[in-house]
Amino acid sequence: MSIIDNTGKTATVPAPRDGDDYNGPLLEVRDLHVEFHTRDGVAKAVNGVNYSVNAGETLAVLGESGSGKSVTAQAIMGILDMPPGKIPQGEIFFRGEDMLKMSYEERRKIRGRKIAMIFQDALSSLNPVLTVGYQLGEMYRVHHGLSKKEAKAKAIELMDKVKIPAAAARVNDYPHQFSGGMRQRIMIAMALALEPDLIIADEPTTALDVTVQAQVMDLLAELQREYNMGLILITHDLGVVADVADKIAVMYAGRIVETAPVHELYKRPAHPYTRGLLDSIPRLDQKGQELYAIKGLPPNLLRVPTGCAFNPRCPKAEDICRTEIPALAPVAEQDGTELPGRGSACHFWKETIHG
Amino acid sequence: MPDVTKTAAEAVEDAIAPPSAAEPAPQPKAEKARSLWGDAWVDLRRNPYFLVSSVLIFFLLLIAAFPSLFTSASPTVGDLVNHYLGKPELGKIGSEGWLGYDGQGRSVYARLIHGTRASVIVGICVTLIVTIIGGIMGMIAGYFGGIIDAVLSRVTDIFFGIPFLLGAMVVLQSFTERTIWVVVFALAFLGWTQITRVMRGAVITVKQADYVQAAKALGAGTGRILFRHILPNAMAPVIVVATIALGGYISAEATLSYLGLGLSSPIVSWGVDISTGVTQIRTAQHILLYPSIMLSITVLAFIMLGEAVRNALDPKLR
Amino acid sequence: MAELSKNGEAADATPNVTEVETVDAATEAEAVAAIEAPVGRGEPILQVRNLVKHFPLTQGILFKKQVGAVKAVDGVSFDLYQGETLGIVGESGCGKSTVAKLLMTLERATAGEVFYKGQDITKLSGRALKAVRRNIQMVFQDPYTSLNPRMTVGDIIGEPFDIHPEVAPKGDRRRKVQELLDVVGLNPEYINRYPHQFSGGQRQRIGIARGLALNPEIIICDEPVSALDVSVQAQVINLMEKLQDEFNLSYVFIAHDLSIVRHISDRVGVMYLGKMAEIGTDTQIYDHPTHPYTQALLSAVPVPDPEAREGRERIILTGDVPSPANPPSGCRFRTRCWKAEEKCSTEVPLLAIPERFQGQDTPAAHESACHFAEEKDVIHAA
Repeated sequence: MSIIDNTGKTATVPAPRDGDDYNGPLLEVRDLHVEFHTRDGVAKAVNGVNYSVNAGETLAVLGESGSGKSVTAQAIMGILDMPPGKIPQGEIFFRGEDMLKMSYEERRKIRGRKIAMIFQDALSSLNPVLTVGYQLGEMYRVHHGLSKKEAKAKAIELMDKVKIPAAAARVNDYPHQFSGGMRQRIMIAMALALEPDLIIADEPTTALDVTVQAQVMDLLAELQREYNMGLILITHDLGVVADVADKIAVMYAGRIVETAPVHELYKRPAHPYTRGLLDSIPRLDQKGQELYAIKGLPPNLLRVPTGCAFNPRCPKAEDICRTEIPALAPVAEQDGTELPGRGSACHFWKETIHG
Repeated sequence: MPDVTKTAAEAVEDAIAPPSAAEPAPQPKAEKARSLWGDAWVDLRRNPYFLVSSVLIFFLLLIAAFPSLFTSASPTVGDLVNHYLGKPELGKIGSEGWLGYDGQGRSVYARLIHGTRASVIVGICVTLIVTIIGGIMGMIAGYFGGIIDAVLSRVTDIFFGIPFLLGAMVVLQSFTERTIWVVVFALAFLGWTQITRVMRGAVITVKQADYVQAAKALGAGTGRILFRHILPNAMAPVIVVATIALGGYISAEATLSYLGLGLSSPIVSWGVDISTGVTQIRTAQHILLYPSIMLSITVLAFIMLGEAVRNALDPKLR
Repeated sequence: MAELSKNGEAADATPNVTEVETVDAATEAEAVAAIEAPVGRGEPILQVRNLVKHFPLTQGILFKKQVGAVKAVDGVSFDLYQGETLGIVGESGCGKSTVAKLLMTLERATAGEVFYKGQDITKLSGRALKAVRRNIQMVFQDPYTSLNPRMTVGDIIGEPFDIHPEVAPKGDRRRKVQELLDVVGLNPEYINRYPHQFSGGQRQRIGIARGLALNPEIIICDEPVSALDVSVQAQVINLMEKLQDEFNLSYVFIAHDLSIVRHISDRVGVMYLGKMAEIGTDTQIYDHPTHPYTQALLSAVPVPDPEAREGRERIILTGDVPSPANPPSGCRFRTRCWKAEEKCSTEVPLLAIPERFQGQDTPAAHESACHFAEEKDVIHAA
């Protein structure tokens, strides 16, 4: 059984190349493991994650708290706290080069300039004692050596870009003078400043209200198209994902349990966890009966169940699920034709998707 | 919506924290009830700082309570024959003269042992008084707020502006006879506002917690809310500050005695000995040296204990 | 009991001048008796009239002077019927959590009344207030802060019995607590554990057990599942529905998640900037909304179904919610509304059945505070 990446192709090592003739995936994570050494033992937060993102593509990483979705992103950014964190195994290729083998300096150059990150809590990600214009302009002063005046002009330009009304008038305001939605726009502007190839957005709209959420997601999608960036959207919200993602990777207990193009996942989930999640969400457009509820609780990362981590909560679990970890295998139609881009880490994916 | 404000690492912590109910059968009894205090205790016992400091403090308390267990020599009566004799005789550790004698031929060792009591009494009594008074004041200010809080806060601000030792000197000046209790009073009088500030802050934080609101919603009275919900959750920072302050009070007593404003002969205390030791520093350094060492060790022990307790109680680690 | 005005307008609210603070023992006993009397199914159990809460903004250190007020709740009226679930939705800052606190008398109302079985609870104190608190309980949003970390689960769930000893005799309490743990789906052997030994979903169950302990009639739920993981939310929602049937509870369910509110609620009220914009049955609000804010809110909800999504009309509002310290004149939504006209800035729209729908037997005929109310389906694919 081969490990597949999100495009559904069997993985080949991308040849590292320089310059613009590189045409492999923008980012490829391979067999990534992350552990945290706590006083109660070793918590296995990420246990062999594989995914890839191309330029102009949006990958949504969906999971609950403790699924390892944010830890994976931190490992990619190189902002994981080590210790207690540790990466015992795995590779993270950015444009064909393994970032985990790079020197600190090389990584630092990629961070911010090539890969940028947007966090959930914009208020704590911005420095409260500096004006927004200064913080936006800092990127240009440090990386491009612009003068203060030029940097401020650039900052206003960026604020216009993320549709902050009256940008020129507000450039000297401090972060707390902006509303939650506007602060998140400033975060996006900051991430965009150096025109990165890849943006990682970790729950970018979770803290925002529904009406503002829609504005911010739309903006993000629009800018992504304009700059042809790769976007990794980390979220727990199945609704937000449905709006903007091209493909989805569902994580559970530090593993990817299912990958699929966005439309397919909602229509025909191939993993009992995904199916359970979809069934447990009430509908907006009609009043339903009793909700389906996945029984039990997310696993304790210090004591991940043997075999498939989902087995204690799974309605389909059998003996094999308790002993053997299912690999992320390609998913096929009943007649055997492979479904492109789809994978499921379930021993009984056939029954799940077809039955 | 999970972890609105948590970082990924904290989310991982969360995922570690709860017992996995997804596996109920194998280990229902394995996980016992662990209170936060119990957890802190487990943590403390593993902390080498705590072990070292608690052994030191245990001996200090033992010496203070039963000085006669450690020496039979008198700290106040000396034999002038031994005037200024002073070389540590390691072969005779614990004997009357192994740390030498002072100008009046009294055993330095015996004075060290008997002087412990004064320091320990001052430290513990001042700490107890400031914790009780400061704690009550802080609770009142923090919980009731309004005008009471405004007045109390300004009072603590005023005290905060008075240099601690200078204030103690002024208070002590107004007493003709300065016993241990006078020193305790002077230090406590100036020290309670520190605890008040800490307690007030902690109470204000805890007061807003949902579980306090929940208790109010149940119809709980003020007493129950204060003593069952707020106090147990606001106590941790007070304990830490009080423990560290205890060392400070001991050194304050020594400082005041050194300046001639605290205790004085015939009361035996390290501060008194340091004070006399300084005048004879050229001829007999050991009179200054040993009480200084004891004082430093004692203060260090309480500060280490405070740090260890802080680490164990820090909610961020849970 | 005063004649209840059905009117939602703040200006109309004449403050109740009857001084009930100094009730004598007889009237207090009367109030307690009224509070303890049963209410029939479908009868109004809670009637909220022109409820107002302003938080003063002050300046100064020792002598504070008021410089303004945050109008968190500014004239809200609704009824809660026995046995039903009333959902209240709105964005942050709309005042829905303040409404919860006012209903719980955790905050004192600036003006307006909350009638519980005919007794205005905003004016009660002492024994009568305690009796009310027994009957109105609350489930909090954050299961991590709503349980005292220094108390065992048994003490937390048993505390209501300590405060109201008449509910359970002393020897009976441990058994009662274990029963409650069982009712909310937790192992009764967990009684001696501490909150930090449980996960979020389990803690929320403990919070629910505490709310149930006194056998209340009304439970105010303030975002009870929004801090939980998706896979655990459904468990808690199902539990709450089961308990409602079992114990004949009435819920006020406050949340920002519109799908969950629809699922659990019989009627829904939509709040915006301290006022009720629209209120009606779940079908009326979700399938036949007439207030532009409700329509915008519903259309913005991300739906986990990309195909349904593509057929839907989306209304993207511009700008943010204005500050409740300085709300717009007239209709509060006008600054973000695409229909706003001159009239909207001068005249406060009343919460009433819009004139054009009055007397009609259509689902659009429900209370909506808009001058230009108009039905528009935004959640079904065209």
